[in-house]
Amino acid sequence: MLEVSFNHNFEEFRVELDFQAEAGSITSLFGRSGTGKTSVINMIAGLTKPEIGYVKVGGEVLFDSTKGINAPPEKRRLGYIFQDSRLFPHLSVRNNLLFGAKNLARNGQEITFDRVVDVLDIGGLLERKPANLSGGEKQRVAIGRALLSQPRLLMMDEPLASIDVQLRSEILPFIEDLRDTFGLTVIYVSHAIEEVIRLADKLVLLSNGIKAAEGNVEEIMSRLDLHPLTGRFDAGAVLTTKVASYDLEFDLTELAFIGGHLRVTGVDLPIGTALRAHIRARDVSLMLKRPEGTSILNVFEGTIIEVGDEGGPQLDLKIDIGSPLLARVTRKSFKDLNLAVGKTVFAMIKAVAFDRRSLGGQIVTKRPDSI
Amino acid sequence: MFSPTALELEALYLSLKVALWSVLITLPLGLLFAWILARKDFYGHALLNGIIHLPLVLPPVVVGFFLLSLLGRQGPVGAFLHDAFGLTVAFTWQGAAIASSIMSFPLMVRAIRLSIENVDSGLEAAARTLGASPFRVFYSITLPLISPGILAGIILAFARSLGEFGATITFVSNIPGETRTLPLAIFSLVQTPSGDAGALRLVVFSIILALAALLIAEYLAARAKRRIEG
Repeated sequence: MLEVSFNHNFEEFRVELDFQAEAGSITSLFGRSGTGKTSVINMIAGLTKPEIGYVKVGGEVLFDSTKGINAPPEKRRLGYIFQDSRLFPHLSVRNNLLFGAKNLARNGQEITFDRVVDVLDIGGLLERKPANLSGGEKQRVAIGRALLSQPRLLMMDEPLASIDVQLRSEILPFIEDLRDTFGLTVIYVSHAIEEVIRLADKLVLLSNGIKAAEGNVEEIMSRLDLHPLTGRFDAGAVLTTKVASYDLEFDLTELAFIGGHLRVTGVDLPIGTALRAHIRARDVSLMLKRPEGTSILNVFEGTIIEVGDEGGPQLDLKIDIGSPLLARVTRKSFKDLNLAVGKTVFAMIKAVAFDRRSLGGQIVTKRPDSI
Repeated sequence: MFSPTALELEALYLSLKVALWSVLITLPLGLLFAWILARKDFYGHALLNGIIHLPLVLPPVVVGFFLLSLLGRQGPVGAFLHDAFGLTVAFTWQGAAIASSIMSFPLMVRAIRLSIENVDSGLEAAARTLGASPFRVFYSITLPLISPGILAGIILAFARSLGEFGATITFVSNIPGETRTLPLAIFSLVQTPSGDAGALRLVVFSIILALAALLIAEYLAARAKRRIEG
């Protein structure tokens, strides 16, 4: 487990936060660009010295300003994957991978050269120089290099930011595999909410260097007050679901969640697989009566439990359908339908509103609220 | 006409020896000062930079005079060296190597400093997070990445040493077989009524030497670049 607490004044902003990351899970540091996310992991890694604070990994103190403890980066054994890969240009891929390589048995979960090369699918690149690799290949080699140094945890600073959108899907599954194959604790820094929804078990929300919220993804995403930080455009509830059945005739998958079943297209996962569904508030429309003769496959009855009014032409409503669901309506509709807290509504979601981006990868970690 | 005399060959040999020693002296010191100037921020940074660059802007004779006052038999450092270790550098080829070192030092420092400043310090930080000590980071990451700069520094310093004249003649005089390097020999021959043929031969030597050094440098730099960029 990682425990950190920092208080540090930079020239332009202040970092003030504390959080914990559970062993074997992915914790995401999320915030807009320039909110000090990189500064935070630089401080964890020992590349920047915080004025006040501590860093503890598995009970071992790596930094403590009150006790004057400050382990140098090379003694911390924290893997760091940089946004820009930072492969050593004069070394071949093989020698990059071997640069920090150590052999350590970790109760059967040994990270060996062959295994890493196999998992990351970089066997064909070993004799190449970094200059001849694509962005995605570079990042995979960087992940392998960090893994082989046998880190106690892995920190990733927007590992997909410098990669083409098309290539991102090449890396995401590898990151999911790290937690599941090697049982690694991962700190994932990002400003892309879709990546976080797909990967993170826990979310630490940063706003101008200061922690705004901390909790599981479902909980944070359903909070209307955090939309300015999580992003208004993609705001929406995140539901933990499980593949319940598959309709072969229409290529539809039914996802079970607390409150009902969600029918979506384009999911090719075995029955029983847990995954997250991100239902954007702008994809949800409301009716006062149960709709008939509609093409919409997903209709849920629920009660409005919160109204988020930021004064614009739109409002975000939180609806309890067993799980919290967010819906975005215009102020005009809000008035015309006489919507208010406590009112019963029918929420409609198009099955085709879901794409691979809004459906998270396989969730393997145990979570208390999973079904 | 084309066969050099023993004296001319001696000048050529002496020049190579002095230039080689000059590079051997300036390389480690140049690396150290280039690293300090590129990476360290301290009070007096600009002053140190200025002092290192002085030989580049001062008349070489001034540097030679300064060396003579300091390292000559009567100079404070020279007297100490003589009394304590029995060493004399004034009017010896070792003195010529020292004069060349000082004159070529700024070129060596500049070339290496530029290449150190071009090394992405993020690579060094990455190496640290992979468990490498600062010393290992230096020899396994920084040093290979700045090797083209070091090479450029060596060639520049070597060429500058081959051409050194003013500081050398002021500090160690123009003693045949001891301090009469190529430029000094050419100068002496030009001053001699029948020396034109000899001077011409030495000029040709100088050109061949300089050209060879440049070509070797180009070749090695291209090889180093290929090694880094793959």
